[in-house]
Amino acid sequence: MLGKTANGLFWMYRYLERAENTSRLIETGQRMALTRLGSSEGEWKSIMQTAGVLPGFEASGEDLTKEAAIDWMLRSKSNPSSVLMSIEGARQNARMVRTALTHEVWEATNACYMRAKELLARRVNERDLPQTLGDIRQRTALVRGATHGTMMRNDIYNFARIGTFLERADNTARILDVKYYVLLPSVMSVGSSIDNVQWETILRSVSARGGFRMTYDNQYDPMDIAHFLILDGRMPRSLAFCIRKIRDNLSYLNATYGEVPESSDKIAELEEKYLSRDIDAVFDQGLHEYIQSVITRMSDLGAQIEKDYRFYE
Amino acid sequence: MDQNQIFDEMWGREQSLRPPYDLFKSWFDGEEPKRLRAKQREAEELFRLTGITFNVYGQAAAEERLIPFDIVPRIISGLEWQRLSKGIEQRVRAINAFLYDIYHKQEIIKAGRLPERMIADNDAFLPHMIGVTPPGGVYTHIVGIDLVRTDDNQFYVLEDNARTPSGVSYMLENRETMLQMFPELFARNRVQRVENYPADLRSSLAACAPDRTTGKPTVAVLTPGIYNSAYFEHAFLADQMGVELVEGHDLRVVDGRVAMRTTQGYKPIDVLYRRVDDEFLDPLNFNPESALGVPGIMDVYRDGGITIANAPGTGIADDKAIYSYMPEIVEFYTGEKALLDNVPTWRCSEPDALAYVLDNLSELVVKEVHGSGGYGMLIGPTATRKDIAEFRKKLEARPANYIAQPTLALSTVPVFTRAGLSPRHVDLRPFVLVSPDKINITPGGLTRVALKKGSLVVNSSQGGGTKDTWVLED
Repeated sequence: MLGKTANGLFWMYRYLERAENTSRLIETGQRMALTRLGSSEGEWKSIMQTAGVLPGFEASGEDLTKEAAIDWMLRSKSNPSSVLMSIEGARQNARMVRTALTHEVWEATNACYMRAKELLARRVNERDLPQTLGDIRQRTALVRGATHGTMMRNDIYNFARIGTFLERADNTARILDVKYYVLLPSVMSVGSSIDNVQWETILRSVSARGGFRMTYDNQYDPMDIAHFLILDGRMPRSLAFCIRKIRDNLSYLNATYGEVPESSDKIAELEEKYLSRDIDAVFDQGLHEYIQSVITRMSDLGAQIEKDYRFYE
Repeated sequence: MDQNQIFDEMWGREQSLRPPYDLFKSWFDGEEPKRLRAKQREAEELFRLTGITFNVYGQAAAEERLIPFDIVPRIISGLEWQRLSKGIEQRVRAINAFLYDIYHKQEIIKAGRLPERMIADNDAFLPHMIGVTPPGGVYTHIVGIDLVRTDDNQFYVLEDNARTPSGVSYMLENRETMLQMFPELFARNRVQRVENYPADLRSSLAACAPDRTTGKPTVAVLTPGIYNSAYFEHAFLADQMGVELVEGHDLRVVDGRVAMRTTQGYKPIDVLYRRVDDEFLDPLNFNPESALGVPGIMDVYRDGGITIANAPGTGIADDKAIYSYMPEIVEFYTGEKALLDNVPTWRCSEPDALAYVLDNLSELVVKEVHGSGGYGMLIGPTATRKDIAEFRKKLEARPANYIAQPTLALSTVPVFTRAGLSPRHVDLRPFVLVSPDKINITPGGLTRVALKKGSLVVNSSQGGGTKDTWVLED
């Protein structure tokens, strides 16, 4: 496989995952605004921070309103991580690696792009927002479904998966990075209604309220939530789950290519140092410090994969 | 143009149905126009979804357009096709022999059949190719011969595309779309298959691999990239052949071979089907600014380390000034009279011809010698006085840059419109694959149709569309 193709697959699926994550964050933000707890602008600010698009928004000079924030995250062409631009990026990469994709995957990707372009041609009013976001996520789900149902389980698939899980882990880590303080034990407001809303927001932004309730009863406990998002291997958006998936896919590549490059050492180290401990140990180190070191190591891992598999040269 | 001067492929000149269209006509008469209109929209939807689009140069970035597709097939009888394909094969053999000769001993010039200046002063002649024999002796691995029809038995070659003919993906997708939309039509008519083209292309290219290739040849398609107007086709062909689609920056010369950067290091290529023009192929040997090519590929090529398809320098054979000599060229190399007619052509470099052309501009089609895509040409009968006056100035300034031809009464084939069937002018580009021991012509080819009533310009960049082309089993 061409190095360029591995790169294109990696980014196609990263962008696709990003589009989904951003749309989920927009939904969460809108839900928060409805509960009217805390200031709406503050919430949108933290939502944009979580999506990693706040600096861009502030540089655009727009006033921070709910409408402006939604538009920036949903369809702004100046924001390379907006839902629309992410889908365009996924499709652009899909065109580049067209020969590596099945007909079904390509058509699903192209259809997703055409639909998103149509739905996001102009500002989306609040009433239509849930429907629009639902429609787009259905389209990205079709791409995912076609991928699972039709693609060979070979190196093409491995690079697609590595891109998916690196983006997803990054997203979960950023949610924790921005919201870590609401999970810290505090004498002041244990279990207050503000806390409950904040915790629910975190779960909502990873579509995991149901999963959490099912696993940990109906009691929101910050320690449980942190465990759920970081270490629970059953939760498909937890750091542990994503990082193990990346490890698996890298090891499949090693089996196919018959070599063990540096990225494999890096993922093994990441797993050993950060995932083989319990949640108490995480809190002992300091939740924020822990999250930040994981983020740094993941970005380092991404760069090593690029190098190992000759994405650029 | 007077309507009864024009030959219609469905209705002839006398409004009597021609036999190849019998079964189609009876099917069509039984169809609801409303259903057909819905089918026409469905076809467009299919094309859009598959991404069969082309990028328009000079338009906003990333704008992709569909080439309009018309659901009425263009139908050719098996016998008509047999005659045509003989003529095409003869012509393609002659073109390859001509290219070999022109880059070696130049017998045709010594024999006085072609003036030396046609080669010596021709920008399309590539001195780098002098004395180089491509692997298997094949120059034009893929050829598109543009044909037009003016009567029952009269076809003309309008031009030979010996560099990188495009459009074959439309031929294939048009058929695929018709099969999906109107399966019943194919149950009634026995239409010769075109679906084997990608497999044929791959084996034809592999058969042209350099002698020193061991094992199964590695084939790749070289594209200028996703912003090229024909990118869809490049990806389509690579995908259908099951080979890598590479760009210049994926390639480099490693140990005297051209190799592609894979996830496991550099892997050598035996046959490169390039969709990049000669001048961009090798920044060391040609245009030093080119980022699309591979530095040093020409040196590997001259050393016999890779097959480049089509060979560099084949442009000399589809040059429009050389075109006018094609009857002589065919006769010189095959010893037979050309089976396919050339359109009578005035070379404006010759004073008598120029005088005639200047006197008759409003009747003639004048083309740039190196032009393509229907740009830079004058169609006398439909041009305004102002157009003609402006063109006259250009022609007088650089006469050798132009040729002129009579305006042909191109045949028409009906298209489906709101008002029912309505005739539109068409041309035909059959696709030919050449390997050392075989010339393979896909039955049919790409029919381009001028969708504007009365228009003679079929180019997709100027409002042309396409049709599925059927060759019937007789």
